[in-house]
Amino acid sequence: MSTQTVLPVDRGAVAELSRTKQEPEWMAELRIKGLELAEALELPKLEKTRIDRWNLDSYGSYRTAAEVTHVGDLPQEAQSLFGESFANSLIIQRESGVVYSKASDEATAQGVIFMDLEQALQKHPELVQKYFMQAVEQGENRITALHSAVWNGGVFLYVPKNVQVEQPFQALFITENGAVTAPHVLIVAEANSSVTYVENVIAGNGTEQQVVNGITEVFAKSGAKVQVASIHNLPVAVTDFSYRRAVVDNDASVEFTIGEMNSGNAVSDTTALLKGNGSHSDTKVICVGTGEQKLNLTTRAVHFGKASTSEMITRAVMRDEATAIINGVTKIEKGATGANGEQTEKVLMLSPKARGDANPILLIDEDDVKAGHAASVGQVNPEQVYYLMSRGISKETAQKLIIYGFLAPVVSEIPISKLEDQLQELVERKLGQ
Amino acid sequence: MSNAPVFSINGLKATIEGKEILKGLSLEMKGGEIHAIMGPNGTGKSTLASTLMGHPKYEVTEGTVTLDGADVLEMSVDERALAGLFLAMQYPSEITGVTNADFLRSAINARRGEGNEISLIKFIRQMEGKMKELEMNTEFAHRYLNEGFSGGEKKRNEILQMMLLDPRIVILDEIDSGLDIDALRIVANGVNAMRSPDRGFLIITHYQRLLNYITPDYVHVMMQGRIVKSGGPELAERLENEGYDWVKEELGIVDETVGQGV
Repeated sequence: MSTQTVLPVDRGAVAELSRTKQEPEWMAELRIKGLELAEALELPKLEKTRIDRWNLDSYGSYRTAAEVTHVGDLPQEAQSLFGESFANSLIIQRESGVVYSKASDEATAQGVIFMDLEQALQKHPELVQKYFMQAVEQGENRITALHSAVWNGGVFLYVPKNVQVEQPFQALFITENGAVTAPHVLIVAEANSSVTYVENVIAGNGTEQQVVNGITEVFAKSGAKVQVASIHNLPVAVTDFSYRRAVVDNDASVEFTIGEMNSGNAVSDTTALLKGNGSHSDTKVICVGTGEQKLNLTTRAVHFGKASTSEMITRAVMRDEATAIINGVTKIEKGATGANGEQTEKVLMLSPKARGDANPILLIDEDDVKAGHAASVGQVNPEQVYYLMSRGISKETAQKLIIYGFLAPVVSEIPISKLEDQLQELVERKLGQ
Repeated sequence: MSNAPVFSINGLKATIEGKEILKGLSLEMKGGEIHAIMGPNGTGKSTLASTLMGHPKYEVTEGTVTLDGADVLEMSVDERALAGLFLAMQYPSEITGVTNADFLRSAINARRGEGNEISLIKFIRQMEGKMKELEMNTEFAHRYLNEGFSGGEKKRNEILQMMLLDPRIVILDEIDSGLDIDALRIVANGVNAMRSPDRGFLIITHYQRLLNYITPDYVHVMMQGRIVKSGGPELAERLENEGYDWVKEELGIVDETVGQGV
């Protein structure tokens, strides 16, 4: 017996969207194919997490928000991310479309393309087609298929060969008013280029039940260096899916720094495909679990290239009745001689009803490799509390210092100091509840 | 006006996991005095230090500890510190993610209270000045607290904290263990520089060699969880030359420890 999956998104609406945006034929077909795949495919199989019980259907409808010109036009929550004026290179997405998009003159002069993906589809269709849904497969599971059908707004960042850009490119995604929120971020760094991309995902006005389904794809060509930082801060009613995937060529390196500060259920999967010889990836994730939220956080490095190296760190602080399943997957394929993969997952439990599982998974098909893992789940060490208190620091402050210290090795890696402060503030807010 | 502290321990008994380690220890010390507690391993010296500071593993079953008449045993660990007690620990904790500088500033500000926090510049000047005295590389300020520090570096870091926190009663628990002769001299200089009528020291040590650098006013021998003999600096010298056997003989003690496995 075959079962028919009833999709949360209407075929007519998707086709209509593609038409009104005058998308190329291939994209219109890709979207419809995505819907068909979504009907046929299963949900992703996740370690110890039953997502079929989650709110998976509230994709909402397509809505267009007014353009934004000043910081003051944004919701309060978003304003704090900026000073008086916007960053030089910035894209802001509200509801289902981009409302602000600007690349710095300097970057533009260097030949960098930084615009929303919808616009890039009009201006650089061949480039987009070459990479779109090539790191994450459309048919991987129902969530990725649905994303490919409904994606909207998004970012296209293209850095030409040998171009090094110092200033980070920034994006802000605001889900609000029940509008479809499925941003697609596509980063292509040509040979020997270097670039930093930083994003925030937050909720704005009138956010009720909502699914956010985002994909980030990174292509780092030979010798390129790409840094990606992402902070997610979505409220209880939002279910958040984020697939991030990097394809890393010879001697290229990709760094991910991720702050999962959501208050609702979330699945986050951050993967580096180390295709090239001497390729490198570095993934750091922190999360603070509160309330009854359920989190499934995966970091993954797949080694194909010889002497490819990966480092992965996940640190989670769990409060209340929150649950986090934390998976670290190091996969070394046959032929990846001299590969080296290190991973650490650490969970700090602050409540007897919280749950945190750390699952290090090593899958190794080659002999001449190194791989290491460390995983721990524990409480705040009473010896450490005693030591700090013996210097006059109160018990409460001592515990705070230890908990923040636990997360600090990741927080301090955020490439923009304003965002580092913001992440620190989010951590404090989630811990202070 | 003199601000000399008076610290008295009276008939102190303490247990760990139900086993009695301190068996009625009494000691009185005043500002300006340096007391040394010596004794073989397993006689309860470190337990005394931890109990005075309020380590949660030790339970006081009898006796009193007062500082200027205030009941120390009623205070939480941080309250004891704020009252002026400082313990330089034998095995200081390592804490990832908390830099030495952030920790020191939190400790100083805990003393100063809200609204009266030390300015960053003043703090850095103070900290770096003291680090220089202890021949510590200022790079240590930005490293995570004790993480990856060598034994000697940890001990110097304990002394740095003592210097910055300006305590009234200082307990040094085997501060000399694991120190080479240069580090020992530096640590001793740090302690000597802090000698003052407003401060008393209780030095717990296994060896007499630290006392070559810091001359105590009183020397106490600890056995079986209490002080069994007291004297002046000459007592330390005799212990160094002759060991502890003569004390045991004199007092008719066969086993000086507090019991098996301690």
